[in-house]
Amino acid sequence: MDRNRLQHQVACMRRSLFDQGYLDEPFIQLEELQDDANPNFVQEIVTLFYSDSARLIQNIEHALNSRPIDFDKLDDYMHQFKGSSSSIGAKKVTNECTVFREYCSAENAEGCIRSFQQVKQEYAILRRKLEVYLQMVRQAAVSRTA
Amino acid sequence: MAAQGRHGGKKSNKMTALVVDDNTVNRMIHHRLLDNLGIENVAVVNGKEAVDIHCSGKTFDLILMDMDMPVMNGIEATRQLREMGIRSMIAGVSTRSMEREIREFIEAGLDDYQEKPLTMSKLISIIHKING
Repeated sequence: MDRNRLQHQVACMRRSLFDQGYLDEPFIQLEELQDDANPNFVQEIVTLFYSDSARLIQNIEHALNSRPIDFDKLDDYMHQFKGSSSSIGAKKVTNECTVFREYCSAENAEGCIRSFQQVKQEYAILRRKLEVYLQMVRQAAVSRTA
Repeated sequence: MAAQGRHGGKKSNKMTALVVDDNTVNRMIHHRLLDNLGIENVAVVNGKEAVDIHCSGKTFDLILMDMDMPVMNGIEATRQLREMGIRSMIAGVSTRSMEREIREFIEAGLDDYQEKPLTMSKLISIIHKING
């Protein structure tokens, strides 16, 4: 693909991730922390976020399936998930985590189960979009050095 | 950065920091933020490890202390470090927003408190308090 066109596509996709509310300010900071000495910093953090999230999602699912539900433990897991999400600027995921924690605090099991579906959905959407975006960023970087 | 910091006798002119956070993503970001400012830093995963590393004789100019951690939380760790006579700048960083919770954290012995996520500008404002 033409280099300029690729870079334009990258810029458009990046803008839409922010405009549509998937990402916010902390993601910009991650990009700013990437430099020649740390050329893959964004990808490294995002990869860490994926593995951390997978573990936490599994823990939350297990906790939701336990009887009786330990809402304190659930809240701890979701606090972790929310912390990671907000640190990378995953805005929609963070917002859904907040909703979940409200149900957790009210010990509303049904609300927790419902809102957890939303958390997983937003996480899956973000992950797909980020994977496409970061792959395009890598392609654009390769085309610049070619 | 000041060679002596708050402790003196340092071989290097570099400021040093300890990141105390149980969240892997946050530890990596805080580590990178500090690296970017030329601050040598190490990370531990809970308050007990923060206390233990000081018991081993290490000291730091700056401690970035998360509040909610397993084993020992940031409030208790801050309290214990102050009781040990640690006078480093301890900046609490947390997502907590309730005044009561933040006040408890500050009263444990913090020099500063910043709401997460930690940004470069927040970190610089903390460091200015060390040098100011």
